[in-house]
Amino acid sequence: MTVPKSHPNGPSIAATGTQSLPGHHVRLGVEKPLKLDCGLEIADFPIAYQTYGELNADKSNAIFVCHALTGDQYLAEPHPVTGKEGWWDLMVGPGKTIDTERYFVICPNILGGCMGTFGPKEINSESGKPWGLNFPVITICDMVRCQVLLLDHLGIDKLFAVTGGSMGGMQVLEWASKYPKRLFAAIPIAAAAHHTAQNIAFHEVGRQAIMADPDWCEGDYLNQGKNPTKGLAVARMAAHITYLSDQSLHRKFGRRLQDRDALSYGFDAEFQVESYLRHQGITFVDRFDANSYLYITRAMDYFDLAANHDGNLADAFKDTPVRFCVISFTGDWLYPTEENRRIVHALNSVAANVSFAEVESDKGHDAFLLDEPEFHRLLKGFLDCAGKNKADAGNE
Amino acid sequence: MAPDRKSIRVDLQLIADMIEPHSRVLDVGCGDGTLLDYLVNFRHVDGRGIELSSEGVKASISAGLSVIQGDADTDLKDYPDDAFDYVVLSQTLQAMVQPKVVLSNLLRISHRAIVSFPNFAHWRARLSLFFLGRMPVSTTLPHEWYETPNIHLCTIRDFVALCRQLDITIEAQKILDARGRVRHVGNGLFSANLFGEQAVFLLRKKD
Repeated sequence: MTVPKSHPNGPSIAATGTQSLPGHHVRLGVEKPLKLDCGLEIADFPIAYQTYGELNADKSNAIFVCHALTGDQYLAEPHPVTGKEGWWDLMVGPGKTIDTERYFVICPNILGGCMGTFGPKEINSESGKPWGLNFPVITICDMVRCQVLLLDHLGIDKLFAVTGGSMGGMQVLEWASKYPKRLFAAIPIAAAAHHTAQNIAFHEVGRQAIMADPDWCEGDYLNQGKNPTKGLAVARMAAHITYLSDQSLHRKFGRRLQDRDALSYGFDAEFQVESYLRHQGITFVDRFDANSYLYITRAMDYFDLAANHDGNLADAFKDTPVRFCVISFTGDWLYPTEENRRIVHALNSVAANVSFAEVESDKGHDAFLLDEPEFHRLLKGFLDCAGKNKADAGNE
Repeated sequence: MAPDRKSIRVDLQLIADMIEPHSRVLDVGCGDGTLLDYLVNFRHVDGRGIELSSEGVKASISAGLSVIQGDADTDLKDYPDDAFDYVVLSQTLQAMVQPKVVLSNLLRISHRAIVSFPNFAHWRARLSLFFLGRMPVSTTLPHEWYETPNIHLCTIRDFVALCRQLDITIEAQKILDARGRVRHVGNGLFSANLFGEQAVFLLRKKD
C-alpha cells in the first residue's frame, strides 16, 4: 500500500483546513489520532458537515446520509459553488421522503473529499502546502471511521438509519458491518459489497485521464498554480456514461445534432450527446479537486467487504441486529441488481432482517438521484414502519 | 394496512391458526403481504417474506414488512438450517420448478412447514377431465392450460406420497371444499382427495 513519502515514520499527520464554506466545521481526532487502514494516523483534521431538521430530545431521530463519489454535504440546499439545487433535494426536506420535520439529517463531506473535509487539497501545516499526493491513501472504512468520530462529537449513540446510494451505499454496508450497535436501520441503495473488475477498469480510465494531463504536474498542480481540468473533465465524462443507461441516453439525445442541421465533417461536438458530456465535464472541474478524484476512486476500488472475512460476505453481518432495506434499479449496469442480490443472499444466510426490492427504471445508476416515485414510496414506507417498529421495540 | 380478523381468506386463516404466537415465520410467495401482515399484527410473529412479483414486494415493504424480491426455487438455499419456527408456502408449491427440492429446503430452514395447494383430484377436476376431456378451470385453478403458472400440479395423495418419500411427518391436514369451507372428512385419504378442493398441511421433519 502506498505510504506518503514525506511521512514514512511519522506518528500522525496533522492537518489544517479552510473553513470558508457554509455549514458546520469541526476538527476531529484532536485528543486521539485516527489510525487508517494504510497504517498511518491522522490527527486534528477537519470535517465539514451539514444538518437538516432538529435532533429530538432523546436523540433517536437522526438519519445519516453518506454521499457518493462526487457528492458532498450540500444535499438539500443550493450548492455554494455551482448554485444548483442539492443532489438529494428531491429526497430530503420538509414533507419529503426523508422528512426533515421528523428526522434530523446529518451529511458530512467524506474523508478525501474537497468541500472542507480533510483531503488532498487541504494545507499541510508542517509544509504550508497542500497535501497533494502526500495525502494518505484512504479506504471506505476510513471514511466511516471519521463519520463515527463525528457521531461521537454530536453526542448521538444510535442512529435511526444510515442511507446512501452508490459509494454512499458502500459506506452504509461498512457502518452496518463494523458498527452494528450504532444504527437501527441500514438502507444501501444501488450499491455493491465490492468493486468488480469492470468497476475498477472504468475508474482506471478516469485516473489515467487526469494523470495524462500535463497540468496535473505529478499531483503538485496546486503548488504550481495549475489545474488538470482537461483530464478531470474527461474522467467525469467517462464516468458519467456509466451512470446513465443506453435507453436514457437514447431518449435524451438519440442521434440528434447540436446547433446544426447537417453533419459538418469535423470534430466539434456535433451530436447533442457530445455537447452534453462536454458540459458535464467542464462544469464538474469548477467544484471538484483532481487529486480527490484519484483518492476516492481508489478507495472504492479497494472496497471488498468480504475480504476481511475470508471472502465470506455473510460473516460481515453475523448476528447483526440491524434492519436492512436493500434497493436496486433494473437499468443500473454499474452496480446491477445482481450485486445487490449478493448482499441480500449474504444477509439471508445469517437470517438478518432484510427487505429487498428492485425498482423498475431505465434511467441507469443515477436513478437513485432522480424522481422515481416507486423508489420514494418504498423508502418512505420502510422508514415509516421502521420508526414504528423501533418505537414498539423500545416500549417492550 | 392492518387487516381485521374477518378480512383474510379462509385458507390463510387456517394457516394462521397453525402458527404459535411470537414465533419466527418465513412466508414464501407472500404476495402483497396479507398473511404476513396479519401474523405480525395479531400473532406478533417475527415475520419475513419472499415474493417474486415486484408489485407484491413493493406493497409489502411499503406496509413495513421485511420482504425480499426473490425466487423460492433459487433463494431458499441461502438461509441457514433451522432459521425459522414456521415457513409458509401458500398456493405456491405447484408453480415451483423443483417442488421436491423446495419442500426439502423448507424443512431444512424451519422446524415446521405449512403448505397449501389446490388438489388436482377434486371431484370437479376429475369430472372435467373424465366427461369433458378438458383441463379443469375453477376458482382455485383459474387459468387456462396455456397461460397457467402452475407447472407442477398434484393431488393430495401425490403430496402425501412425496412427504413419505422425504421422511416428512404430517402433523395436521385440513381440507377446504369448493365453497372455501373447512370440510371434515375423517382420516382417510379417499374422501379428502375427492372432496378437498384445497389442502393445508402442517409438516415437520421426522425425529
